[in-house]
Amino acid sequence: MTQPPDQTVRPRLALSHISKSFPGVKANEDISLSVRPGEIHALLGENGAGKSTLVKIIYGVQQADEGSIAWNGETVAIPSPKAARRLGIGMVFQHFSLFDAMTVIENIALGLDEAVDRDELKARVAAILDSYSLPLDPEREVHTLSVGERQRIEIVRCLLQKPKLLIMDEPTSVLTPQEVDKLFLTLRQIASEGCAILYISHKLHEIKALCEAATILRGGKVVATCDPKIETTKRMAELMIGAELRQIVHGDSSGAGAVRLSVSGLTLAGEPPFGTDLEGVSFEARAGEILGIAGVAGNGQSELLTALSGERPATKADAITLDGKPIGTMSAGPRRALGLACVPEERNGHAAVPDFSLADNSILTARHRLPLTPLGIISTGDVKNFADSVIKRFDVRTTGTAALARSLSGGNLQKFIMGREIGQQPGVLVVCQPTWGVDAGAAAAIRQELVDLAAKGSAVVVISQDLDELLELADRLCVINEGRLSAPRAVAELGIDEIGLMMGGVHGESGHGASGHGASDLGEPAHA
Amino acid sequence: MTTAILVSIVMTLVAASTPILLAALGELVVEKSGVLNLGVEGMMLCGAVAGFAVAFSTGSTGLGLVAACGAGIATAMVFAVLTLSLTANQVATGLALTIFGVGVSSLIGAGFVGRTITRLGPVFPAALSEHPLLRAVFGHDIVVYLSLALVLGVSLFLRRTRAGLILRAVGENDASAHAIGYPVIAIRYGAIAFGGALAGLGGAYFSLALTPMWADRLTAGRGWIALALVVFAAWKPGRLLLGAYLFGAVMTLELQAKAAGITWLAPELLAMAPYLATVAVLTMMSIGRKTGRLDAPACLGKPFSAS
Repeated sequence: MTQPPDQTVRPRLALSHISKSFPGVKANEDISLSVRPGEIHALLGENGAGKSTLVKIIYGVQQADEGSIAWNGETVAIPSPKAARRLGIGMVFQHFSLFDAMTVIENIALGLDEAVDRDELKARVAAILDSYSLPLDPEREVHTLSVGERQRIEIVRCLLQKPKLLIMDEPTSVLTPQEVDKLFLTLRQIASEGCAILYISHKLHEIKALCEAATILRGGKVVATCDPKIETTKRMAELMIGAELRQIVHGDSSGAGAVRLSVSGLTLAGEPPFGTDLEGVSFEARAGEILGIAGVAGNGQSELLTALSGERPATKADAITLDGKPIGTMSAGPRRALGLACVPEERNGHAAVPDFSLADNSILTARHRLPLTPLGIISTGDVKNFADSVIKRFDVRTTGTAALARSLSGGNLQKFIMGREIGQQPGVLVVCQPTWGVDAGAAAAIRQELVDLAAKGSAVVVISQDLDELLELADRLCVINEGRLSAPRAVAELGIDEIGLMMGGVHGESGHGASGHGASDLGEPAHA
Repeated sequence: MTTAILVSIVMTLVAASTPILLAALGELVVEKSGVLNLGVEGMMLCGAVAGFAVAFSTGSTGLGLVAACGAGIATAMVFAVLTLSLTANQVATGLALTIFGVGVSSLIGAGFVGRTITRLGPVFPAALSEHPLLRAVFGHDIVVYLSLALVLGVSLFLRRTRAGLILRAVGENDASAHAIGYPVIAIRYGAIAFGGALAGLGGAYFSLALTPMWADRLTAGRGWIALALVVFAAWKPGRLLLGAYLFGAVMTLELQAKAAGITWLAPELLAMAPYLATVAVLTMMSIGRKTGRLDAPACLGKPFSAS
């Protein structure tokens, strides 16, 4: 697979001069690319570069305004996803279309275009799981599975249709390093059987490790095609964002300051229905440092965040102290007033009210620390100024402070929310997934703001599943697994494999067909 | 003698349970598709009055039952158009549907108050249906057997068929179902129509079988009990059957007490029993929900618009 692909083979998919406009934007402009059978082709680009529009055109969700698509050398029209699947195009979306309360096999059946007899389907799924050595129990309900396992359901769904082109949209954004390795093995095997793979990502080292060719998009146009094995990641990143990549400038955090946030022996029952119990969580975050908390989704991160934010107060006041003050039993408002700001993972509905304007959303948390509502009356001008300053400082792409939160893309809303909290100069900032879905340039800007905030003497706690991010940001790192927090280690002395193993914990693949999945399940007999 | 009493208890229990079983079964399918239709009482009343009017004018209770289903579907379609096509709020629309049903049935029924018809008779020949013992099994009318068959049918449909799987998928995650390519709105229309038909049939059971005489607000809030029953049954048809018969037993307490000559307990208190049981069950279920049970379809009551 490492040898260069045979240039004489007819391309499986060839796009020529594809253009697509939406009111006000040219999403795709004169894009041509071709993918050969067995080739893993990277589609690189920031959010808004036109990757998803292009992929939607290939998968039949949208129609190109101009240009043509050739499939195995013949020009074809792809009017619908069904037509795409009939041609042999499969797609694994970033956000899975899964049904939590149903079993794996039911989910797979729902994804098929034709009705297949249950027993026959089971046999076919078993054959695929076996031939790709994918551990997945068909009778398990989806909500009990890890993200990696859920992704496998989508992959199996695609493989059942014997695809000739597989589109993977940001497949590794929520996987552990071990899961990523496993996914790459699977993808290489699929490619070695002649299936072409279009791999969408902005994680450059993954593209370097996996792909044989890359097409880089920016502003709806192809800016370069290259061989990622030869090109440097720095060069690719610069092509992608169209500017010199900003390097995060770390302050000197060696002499970390006084303890600002201290948590000791925090125990909290998980949130129903699928929550994880926090058990004896203890840590300290000091002024001037960034403490990273790594872990695979669903290991107690959201519980930890709600416990710190005050949405679910602890039973003992001294379980959490802020600058020495016991705040464990306080609710969210008083904690904010004292300087503890929290950004939850879910933007719409938790961090922001979708149907409120950005200005109104900024009042909701900033009123505790900024004089936005003197005597309980909203000071419209101050609110607008504050929201405006956040929009400018964090480069939020929006029509203005009156725009509804739901009208912003995920990445832009995230920038706004991060800006709203950082703009209040909190003493302690706890953030969950600070750059999820945010493009590389903006992510770098957000990370820099976090570093700067810490440099000014705040303590920053970053809860993230993105290890690269944590390694780049954090001074010290702990891992949360099954609701328990490991002792913090200085990032400088940790290897990525070591962290990956800590993160995997019981979640790691056993390789026996059944995957272990949590302490809560240890008492149950393993599923065959 | 005691067997005679037992048989008569069974007969009244089954009769009292059947209409709520039907209405609840229909609502169960509606809710499985992710729609909360609180208009069950209204649809039942429309079915009851349509059934009675047709049976009275044609002399055929069979036609009455068919008309009741039709009226139930028609009322349900009002709800469906408002909530699915016009994305109106489901709770408010459902409540309005009940008020509408109460009004319409009073209006249409005004001319029928006090009139009587021949009640729906047993299916099996007299030798079986009037046998002192066997009538507990064979002495019921067609709707009772139909309701039992429907419980089995719905249960198999939901668990074993592809169409049932798709219906559940729509209720579980409408956005994903839409993304995969299932017609969410059309499926919900179908489910609501089915729910309407069964609610209409359940309503007609009051006017055609239980009390073959028209009276205003004949269903006496049984539609609300049917709604509670769906929650009680955790959206499972088998448990729904059990629950309906349990509620039927509670509902007939008043009659049984009278027959047994119990006078120390006010009959009004016993008449309250089913409604108290409803409140108790709903409270119990909501406590149960805190322990993290995943029973309700995840998209229940959420409006969906394809975009």
